[in-house]
Amino acid sequence: MLYINCPHCGLRSQNEFAYGGDATVKRPELNKEISDQEWDNFVYLRKSPRGKHLELWHHISGCRQWIKVERDTSTHEIFKTYKANEAIE
Amino acid sequence: MSQDFRLDNVGMVNREKKISFKFNGKKYFGFEGDTIASALIANGVHLVGRSFKYHRPRGFFGVGVDEPYAILQLDRNKERDPNIRATEQEIFEGLEVKSVNCWPSVNFDIGAINNFLKMFFPAGFYYKTFMWPPSFWYKIYEPFIRMAAGFGQASIKHDKERYEHKYEYCDLLITGSGPSGLASAYAAAKNGARVILAEDKPRFGGSLLTSDVNIGNQTGVEWTEKIIAELKSMPNVTVKNRSQVFGYYDHNMLVMSERISDHLPKTQKYLPKQRLWYIRANEVLISSGSIERPLVFGNNDTPGVMLSSAAKEYMKVYGVLVGKKPLIFTNNDSGYETAIEFKKNGVNPIILDTRSNPSSDIITEAKNLNIEIKFSYVVVAAKGYKKVKSADIAKISDDKKELFNIENIKCDCICVSGFWTPSIHLASQSGNKSKFNEKIDAFVPDKSKQQENTIGSANGIFTLEETIKDAFDKGFDVSNKITEKNNKVSVPTVVEKKSTDHDKFWCVPLPKGKSYKRFLDFQNDVAVSDIELALREGFRSIEHVKRYTTLGMATDQGKTSNLNGLQLVSDIENKVVPQVGHTTFRPPYTPVSIGAIVGREVGKHSKPTRKSPMHSWHEKNNAVFVDAGVWLRPRYYKQGNEGLFEASKREAKNVRQNVGVCDVTTLGKIDVKGPDAAEFLNRVYTNAWLKLPVGKARYGVMLREDGIVMDDGTTTRISENHYHMTTTTAQAANVLSHLEYYLQLVWPELNVNVVSTTEQWAGAAIAGPNSRKLLMKLFPDLDVSNEGLPFMGYKEADLFGVPAKIYRISFSGELAYEINVESDNGYFMWEKIMEVGQEFQIQPYGTEALSTLRIEMGHVAGSELDGRTIPYDASLEGLVSKKKDFIGKRSLNRSAFTSTDREKLVGVVPIDKTTSIPEGSYIVKDPKAKLPNPKLGHVSASCWSVEYDNPFSLAIIKDGKNMIGQKLFAMSPLKNKTIPVEIVSSHYVDPEGKRVRS
Repeated sequence: MLYINCPHCGLRSQNEFAYGGDATVKRPELNKEISDQEWDNFVYLRKSPRGKHLELWHHISGCRQWIKVERDTSTHEIFKTYKANEAIE
Repeated sequence: MSQDFRLDNVGMVNREKKISFKFNGKKYFGFEGDTIASALIANGVHLVGRSFKYHRPRGFFGVGVDEPYAILQLDRNKERDPNIRATEQEIFEGLEVKSVNCWPSVNFDIGAINNFLKMFFPAGFYYKTFMWPPSFWYKIYEPFIRMAAGFGQASIKHDKERYEHKYEYCDLLITGSGPSGLASAYAAAKNGARVILAEDKPRFGGSLLTSDVNIGNQTGVEWTEKIIAELKSMPNVTVKNRSQVFGYYDHNMLVMSERISDHLPKTQKYLPKQRLWYIRANEVLISSGSIERPLVFGNNDTPGVMLSSAAKEYMKVYGVLVGKKPLIFTNNDSGYETAIEFKKNGVNPIILDTRSNPSSDIITEAKNLNIEIKFSYVVVAAKGYKKVKSADIAKISDDKKELFNIENIKCDCICVSGFWTPSIHLASQSGNKSKFNEKIDAFVPDKSKQQENTIGSANGIFTLEETIKDAFDKGFDVSNKITEKNNKVSVPTVVEKKSTDHDKFWCVPLPKGKSYKRFLDFQNDVAVSDIELALREGFRSIEHVKRYTTLGMATDQGKTSNLNGLQLVSDIENKVVPQVGHTTFRPPYTPVSIGAIVGREVGKHSKPTRKSPMHSWHEKNNAVFVDAGVWLRPRYYKQGNEGLFEASKREAKNVRQNVGVCDVTTLGKIDVKGPDAAEFLNRVYTNAWLKLPVGKARYGVMLREDGIVMDDGTTTRISENHYHMTTTTAQAANVLSHLEYYLQLVWPELNVNVVSTTEQWAGAAIAGPNSRKLLMKLFPDLDVSNEGLPFMGYKEADLFGVPAKIYRISFSGELAYEINVESDNGYFMWEKIMEVGQEFQIQPYGTEALSTLRIEMGHVAGSELDGRTIPYDASLEGLVSKKKDFIGKRSLNRSAFTSTDREKLVGVVPIDKTTSIPEGSYIVKDPKAKLPNPKLGHVSASCWSVEYDNPFSLAIIKDGKNMIGQKLFAMSPLKNKTIPVEIVSSHYVDPEGKRVRS
């Protein structure tokens, strides 16, 4: 079970969190004309990298904040965690 | 039966307390502190089971977790417990165990015919034989294999025992209380670290219990007792026996199973049977020790052949002799310790040492004790079927290929030692790669992957002096990283006699003309010849060889067979062991009972149960409940002999004719607050929200980004910057997460807060033509006229002294209101509604009547919004704004969503007006069409229309709106029904929606 350092609460067990997918996906702006391809990329297409991956976790049984976690998908090593709108190094 | 093999005054069992138990129905005696194995051996019993494949007789091979043979089935408090290792299970008064995998008895087992057919049961037998025809699998092969396989039977009854889970955090977890575990625990504890020391066995000390050593001028046992006593007295240390750390998971999470009551006749009150510990440790020291390796020779699975360390432990810990004419077969000094122990207890052993000319203090001691030692000697084969009676022994050439002077000598047990295999399982589970240590012919952990270090013999360190010193250092180092107290204790002096040399010999060649089975894996009956066959057939990868031959796949997971198997493969392939590699170690290290894994989450505790504040009223009034997510909701209120159908019809009819009241507390409620709340809702919902006035509610639909409907509900503007959102019961949690996602990550610039208020409000929906009259009486000071409180209006008022919120919204399609009060006042509100409503013929109605009402109105719910529908499919196009953007809007342009033949919501009525259409039925044009019959759509919800007194269903079918008026068929292959139906509008009752606005 992962041990995730919530930037708001500190180290907490994985079972307090829900996984939220790729954190690098950016929603297209509202009312912006975009191609089908761009929209398709946003809604459906995700990379599935082996190695470092920036992902979203939701601290549902804690502070209810969405956080960003930089994790290695093969070793589960967590390098750093960020608040929702913190700049990513 | 008397305990003929029990020694006087030797061992650690409690001679004061005699315990009786039954094995295969026969009564035996042992002492408190005995395991089943030690007690049976004391009684001279060595035949306890049959092997998996050939049903060969099985005795005892080890003395702990590595035991491959003695697996029994236990009865305790009328509960069955299979897969019990006799070497671990302690006896208690009244214990009953029996042998498994034998019929009719362990002494005479019909399955043993396999032993004589063994030429027909080579490796891969099942793969080769049970191939064709495929139709034979289900009825012939599988039942046959199932009957023949398995060790014991699991109980099919509900397990009444209690199992607990515990979460623990520590600075340092130490897995094993042998010399390295004790030394490191002591060093770390003295340096102020929070330490957990876990020992699998009932007694602490590991090898110190049985080896003839001296630490700090004390015997191993004395030193162990002193350290354990001191550790137990320290507040920063937890010491646990009967506790096996069996799994090493991510981020230094380890799981340990503690057997609290397994050794007791009955689980004590307030204690669980077993406890599973989830331990998050800053640092881990793996001191899991090592397991003695067998030597491979002919018939080496005969009862009476066992590990020499096991024979020693039976003597020193349990005071039990495994035989009175022992043969010790060894390639290292460990066998000598066992021999000396026999000698001390008045038994004359013979040592066969494969080495030609070894020397060490312990060999000298053995010689001085006049123990007969034969160097360059091996056991060729054990003789005897159910117990060793003699052994063929021979001199072996220096190249270990030739046997000379084969002779038969009498013996009643053969104690083997093929040196030691470090238990690297936990280190390996941590992610640690292993490396091969040529000196000890075994794998040891390589670089640490997580915060872990392996110490002692688990790390391939076999001298006590080095072990103790290294363990003291490591205990200090890892604790000092955390505590920084620099409190170092001094390392005691150590005296040990044996050397760590060993002969790289492990398998005795077959003499000419003999074809003895030489076993590697004792539980799965994998012999040298099976591995040879697998390699001849082209299996190369050790992982493939393992799966083809089942080497190491038994419940002992190859603890004794692994390395010998690798040796054999590398010998045949002309490789060295590290080139062959080893198979993956996975948790659990030892079998864990399912009960312990499940813990307390059984029955009603498997999930929480949520009840509304009015629950007890429903109970008192004969409500029959239904699970709605984790909520319990009244499905209907039973009157007299009514069933579900009659009751729900009565309740729904009463709503249409008079007035009904329904508990709607379970609906999700979310407070949306902030200056940008309107803008936020406008983005979340498909319809327009910017102009909703204060005091008004609006129905809204929200989508996922892929255009699929996520949820629907009404949201009311309570004040300028405050909205009260409702969601469906099932989606409440998801919707909150969804809103938080957009507010925190996508549009953080919006100044809005959301919070769940589901549990803060109790809700009652009053619906029916009499509901306004009822409302007038409930709130006499309030203007509840159609003008004063119009459809989708909102008012706050006082309900007999209790503040209440009134929403004029309707799910039933009738004139209806929803009253919310603070949860604590819910019961009061409900009683008042029932009391005042009496004169208007009020009746409570449950979810079944609620469904009926919404279905005949064509209102969609979860069965239509099933994760596949977009708003257009559910006749919700009027709610989709063309002007503004919202979540999921861009997806609605997808060609699949705009195609004309999309399945859309319609109503379905049976032509005969009497046959109910099963939910899930397919709608087809021609019921006799060739299969697969092209399906137009499916029936999503069915009810008995109380308005028209005939069945009515909702369905989602292709090109739905254009199908209205057509005569089709509803087919339910499950119910074997074909019903002619007519497609009608989904708005079956009051299509203009006059009633809700009346």
